[in-house]
Amino acid sequence: MSTGNMNLTLKVWRQKNNNTKGALVDYKLSGISPDMSFLEMFDVLNEDLINKGEEPVVFDHDCREGICGMCSMFINGRPHGPKDLVTTCQLHMRSFKDGDTIVVEPWRAAAFPVVKDLTVDRSAFDRVIAAGGFISVNTGNAQDANNLPIPKMHADAAFEAAACIGCGACVATCKNASAMLFVSAKISQLALLPQGQPERYRRVQSMVAQMDAEGFGNCTNTGACEAECPKGISLENIARMNRDFASAKFISEETI
Amino acid sequence: MSDINSNIPEGELTNKWTKYKSSVPLVNPSNKRTIEVIIVGSGLAGASAAATLAEMGYKVKCFCFQDSPRRAHSIAAQGGINAAKNYQNDGDSTYRLFYDTIKGGDYRAREANVHRLAEVSANIIDQCVAQGVPLAREYGGLLDNRSFGGTQVQRTFYAAGQTGQQLLLGAYSALERQIGMGKVEMYTRHEMLEVVKIDGKARGIIARNLITGEIERHFGHAVVLGTGGYGNVFYLSTNAMGSNVTAAWKAHKQGAYFANPCYTQIHPTCIPVSGDHQSKLTLMSESLRNDGRIWVPKKKDDTRKASEIPEDERDYYLERRYPAFGNLVPRDVASRAAKERCDAGYGVGASKLAVYLDFKANTERYGRIEASKAGIHNPDKETCMRLGTAVIKEKYGNLFDMYAQITGENPYETPMRIYPAVHYTMGGLWVDYNLMTSVPGLYCTGEANFSDHGANRLGASALMQGLADGYFVLPYTIGAYLSKEISVKAIPTDHPAFVEAEERAVGILNKLVNIKGTKSVDHFHKRLGHIMWEKCGMARNAEGLNEAIRDIRALRAEFWSNVRVPGTVNELNPELEKAGRVADFIELGELMCIDALDRNESCGGHFREEYQTEEGEALRDDVNYAYVAAWEFKEGVQFELHKEELKFENIKVAQRSYK
Repeated sequence: MSTGNMNLTLKVWRQKNNNTKGALVDYKLSGISPDMSFLEMFDVLNEDLINKGEEPVVFDHDCREGICGMCSMFINGRPHGPKDLVTTCQLHMRSFKDGDTIVVEPWRAAAFPVVKDLTVDRSAFDRVIAAGGFISVNTGNAQDANNLPIPKMHADAAFEAAACIGCGACVATCKNASAMLFVSAKISQLALLPQGQPERYRRVQSMVAQMDAEGFGNCTNTGACEAECPKGISLENIARMNRDFASAKFISEETI
Repeated sequence: MSDINSNIPEGELTNKWTKYKSSVPLVNPSNKRTIEVIIVGSGLAGASAAATLAEMGYKVKCFCFQDSPRRAHSIAAQGGINAAKNYQNDGDSTYRLFYDTIKGGDYRAREANVHRLAEVSANIIDQCVAQGVPLAREYGGLLDNRSFGGTQVQRTFYAAGQTGQQLLLGAYSALERQIGMGKVEMYTRHEMLEVVKIDGKARGIIARNLITGEIERHFGHAVVLGTGGYGNVFYLSTNAMGSNVTAAWKAHKQGAYFANPCYTQIHPTCIPVSGDHQSKLTLMSESLRNDGRIWVPKKKDDTRKASEIPEDERDYYLERRYPAFGNLVPRDVASRAAKERCDAGYGVGASKLAVYLDFKANTERYGRIEASKAGIHNPDKETCMRLGTAVIKEKYGNLFDMYAQITGENPYETPMRIYPAVHYTMGGLWVDYNLMTSVPGLYCTGEANFSDHGANRLGASALMQGLADGYFVLPYTIGAYLSKEISVKAIPTDHPAFVEAEERAVGILNKLVNIKGTKSVDHFHKRLGHIMWEKCGMARNAEGLNEAIRDIRALRAEFWSNVRVPGTVNELNPELEKAGRVADFIELGELMCIDALDRNESCGGHFREEYQTEEGEALRDDVNYAYVAAWEFKEGVQFELHKEELKFENIKVAQRSYK
């Protein structure tokens, strides 16, 4: 029931490490089933390569259900491939045709250096969160969860921003390699909730400062990030972040 | 009967934890600054413990194999987290959560641990909301709840179908805050390969930097493993591809007992296998059973489409067999019932290994309510379905999208096809009341330990346990041990014990790359998974288990002589990582079968075909098997059984009934 009959040509980016040059390498694959996920197609490729005594392609992946944010392939010029609102691991081969040539590259951004083949280093995102993407509450200090009612629409909006999986597709697709969609999603989530108010203006300043320090570019409102985000994170978050940033710099008593 | 001490405090069940907390020895703030704790794993159990211990003032090092702590597999938990808040005023209480969990676990969990879990459950929700975790709310601004299996109250808090993600990101943000303050040193893309023991106590770990292949030595006054479950022993499971048992297994080989390894949870509602290429299975949250009705055709080998089968020719077998709990029976019961129908020839879909999960009736019901709210009287069916679909979409939208993406079918129009799949492992490293393993100074939290779920975990209880352990239990209990360690200075890592542990780890890596055999790691993993699923899966029997043990031993020999691991040890080499993990899974698989063979009864997720009631329900043997099976590793992959007797002083042990 599984063997399929799709034949594909893959052009896959191979790069030994960050100090060597990479190149696209061609691979022919046959017997691919339309029910396979894109990564399962790569499993088939790697099994072939291992059996031939060659080195398999290194790529990041883990949960394979679209939530961990680890998979990160740039497929035919689009992060996570041709379908909207899906990650690479949730992309299935039925989205391609028999005989297709598929080009697969890593995320490309100065702040995301290539580690090997299709794997990049996204630790810059962690450092941006560490700079302020939290509410400072130690364990054991919380009041009863229902003491502070939160309007449903605010809670829902915060949730929508919080749905970001930190995959970095926004950065990969942006011509400026800007991380503003990612950063603004976290800032928005916390700015929309009453718990996030005490640190609101401090947070936006420190996270933006770290974002700049990591070498991410600026936003020029092309909207590619929103179009390619597998979780549909809205561009409105960037507007909210910019408002908060301006408020912090010009109005807030607390500038850092 | 017991030959191991679980260190449960004396006194009334309801006072044990309170009294323990107030009398446990403390470590003063200046001493905390010099005490180092290693945490392996950054999921709910690991990240919450790392953040909390750092907040308390300890020096913490945290390790994960992923590129960021935010990617730990807790992120994929969908449905929710239980807490005894009684916000719905439906009669919930700490005792009721405790009772449901013990009963749901088929009377194979420790009373004192479970009661403590129920006590701290409410604190978890408070903590998460304070961190900015956007749990679902009602229009009045208060938190919403839903039902999960095995309970008759609504105590499950949720964030759409992404509860695990939101809770993990909460713990991750707390962890990153400590990292930013320099109080936690984070080691991503690192895998623990050995526990270092000095004078019998855990004093550190050997870890491999997965990018460079460098082997590193790390000292800690104590080591905590929050490394998750071992469901990937079955190859196909709902676990992430990287989820593994290696850290726990290395600890086991250094003296930590492994408890109840045969207790595995097969989740009833997963997307069925579509072919041999399949690399993992995807869960459809249990929360769907709130609104989905499970059925198969009444006629055998019925090839009609679901929509063509009239109502009176459908067998809603869960509602038929278990009228009191219906579609919300616990997972083990629902899984076996699905297997029973499919084995009997009533399965649906191309493989016939699936049952329907149908939302039509409840979509219509919701639509009727919405119509009434909108002032539409006597709405037609179409209107009801249209309005109801919007409600279903809001509740489960992301799950429906995921189902459509994977199967290519639209679940709003046709019922989902589902089948059970390996999801969670109740067994794990044995721990005492303090969450300490049988190796002093080595702790284990979350799914990686065995402690709270008995033979079957209830839905929405894994997130509860992971965070309970990490935020509210371990930070107290570890103090009892560390208070005696304040005079111990950091041990230099050139100590012979570190050298020796590193040699063990390096020896295995070198051996793996030098076999240069002919079969890939996945080849062996798939074969192991096949043996485990067929012989040690949803139903087991003595004959099959004996065969499995023999087959796994042969597989182990073949693996070590014929596996092919390309590349070298000094580089990023995912095949080498997988090889080490599969080597450990093979040994674990054997122990699981040994444990399943030893337990001559059926309980929870462990169903021995020889031991069932006339109606096909699990038949426990409380006289002979009311114990935790804690296995000690012996040279040459041998295992010795130790027993911890389970005493039920507050709950009357009974045949579990959901009828």
